[in-house]
Amino acid sequence: MDFIKVAVFAACLLPTARLVWRFATDGLGANPIEYITRATGWWTLAFLAITLAVTPARRWLAMPWLLRLRRMLGLFAFFHACQHFTTYIWLDQFFDWPGVLADIAKRPFVTVGFAAFVLLVPLAVTSTNAMVRRLGARRWQQLHRLVYGIGVLGVVHFWWLVKKDVTEPLIFAVVIGMLLASRLLPHRSVPPQRQASVGSAAD
Amino acid sequence: MSSHHSPIVLSSEITPRSMFEGRRAFLRDAGFALALAGVGGAALRPGDAHAKAFEGARKSPFSVNEPATPFKDVTTYNNFYEFGTGKDDPAERAHTLKPRPWTLSVEGECAKPKRWDLDELLKLAAVEERIYRMRCVEGWSMVIPWNGYPLAELLKRAEPNARAKYVEFTTLADPAQMPGIRTAVLDWPYVEGLRIDEAMHPLTLLTLGLYGDLLPNQNGAPVRVVVPWKYGFKSAKSIVRIRFTEQEPRTAWNKAIPREYGFYSNVNPAVDHPRWSQARERRIGEFGKRATLPFNGYGEQVAGLYTGMDLRKFF
Repeated sequence: MDFIKVAVFAACLLPTARLVWRFATDGLGANPIEYITRATGWWTLAFLAITLAVTPARRWLAMPWLLRLRRMLGLFAFFHACQHFTTYIWLDQFFDWPGVLADIAKRPFVTVGFAAFVLLVPLAVTSTNAMVRRLGARRWQQLHRLVYGIGVLGVVHFWWLVKKDVTEPLIFAVVIGMLLASRLLPHRSVPPQRQASVGSAAD
Repeated sequence: MSSHHSPIVLSSEITPRSMFEGRRAFLRDAGFALALAGVGGAALRPGDAHAKAFEGARKSPFSVNEPATPFKDVTTYNNFYEFGTGKDDPAERAHTLKPRPWTLSVEGECAKPKRWDLDELLKLAAVEERIYRMRCVEGWSMVIPWNGYPLAELLKRAEPNARAKYVEFTTLADPAQMPGIRTAVLDWPYVEGLRIDEAMHPLTLLTLGLYGDLLPNQNGAPVRVVVPWKYGFKSAKSIVRIRFTEQEPRTAWNKAIPREYGFYSNVNPAVDHPRWSQARERRIGEFGKRATLPFNGYGEQVAGLYTGMDLRKFF
């Protein structure tokens, strides 16, 4: 199991490694800042989708061990979101704080993207075992349901920024929409033997 | 070059060799002290192997005295949706476009409509070099040494009549040559338009080349217009038809999203795109953003075309 964790951790670093490689070899194209912004944003959404896929995969594909990877995957979504946000603040806006605030206030796609990032912060902060214990499992779980809204905000952010070709935002919308919808499907939340005894009592 | 009043500047003098061939200003300005100076490789340059089509073209006094964007960036970072919506799609996929033979039909409200062959267009008037700023509606800009002559040279030969209030440009829409046409991302063919006085303005260039050679396919070969005071999408590429009309043409981006892309689309830092600011732009190759100029810096020449018009309304 630990081998899997290490392998997944390494794989999660590949998008960042690719950017560093392209930077070092002049492979970021004519507009490097746009390239980095696009790539880090895309991978944030991808990691949100992957993280949201853990629970359905666990339930429907009988892969309970996936749960062990969920925290790491979620933190990698946050990791890429931090890169995305930093790229925007530093490389794109170069710490022009009035400009940043105006963007957040006036540009709906920036507003929702910023909201999604801010909402990710408490989830990252409360990702440790100690925090789960402090909050209690029930409250912790309630808090972490924020990720559903974050996924939606992320897709809206992408959708609103493209000029015309919404193919990619649409793919993310379908994937994340299906992952959220799958949570509404009935599944076995009660232990099987209790279900069976309820059934026999009705006879 | 002794006289600094002279607007005649070779593009090779404007672009420092280090910038033209070497690594991007971005890498330097970003302050990463990576010892990679030799890694970038030489930029692609046209005409190394053959004689350039417009070698020695007359330098136009309309040229700006700003460093030209490297050829490699001008030819690999393009919006040309007929070849896909990615910036690198046109450079990768436009090789299927056949710029020869090519016919450009000039028709509509005029006395002498005519179908022009490309070779006739190449000889119609003296081709100049014009180094223009190009501002994309997306918030980036370039400086490009184009080759061409005023569109008016072609238009006046058609003898437009009194009903000719507008000029409509239609881009080729051939799915066999343009893979992007199979996707209905815009209502093909791509149509652009200008008011007739804008089309006749001496800055409006019928463009046949860049960097001294024939237009690369991804830049709108073999013939396009360049209207430097408007956002880039107004400058139609790979044109097959020019039509004089009485009504304002229904243009591609305006049809697609009318509240975001107006018919005029003059570069205007005071009128934001509904979704992003137009106050600043990133010049390709530079790290920081620079202020966007009204009419892309061509206000002195063109502001008079719009006296009395509310440019917020006619955006």
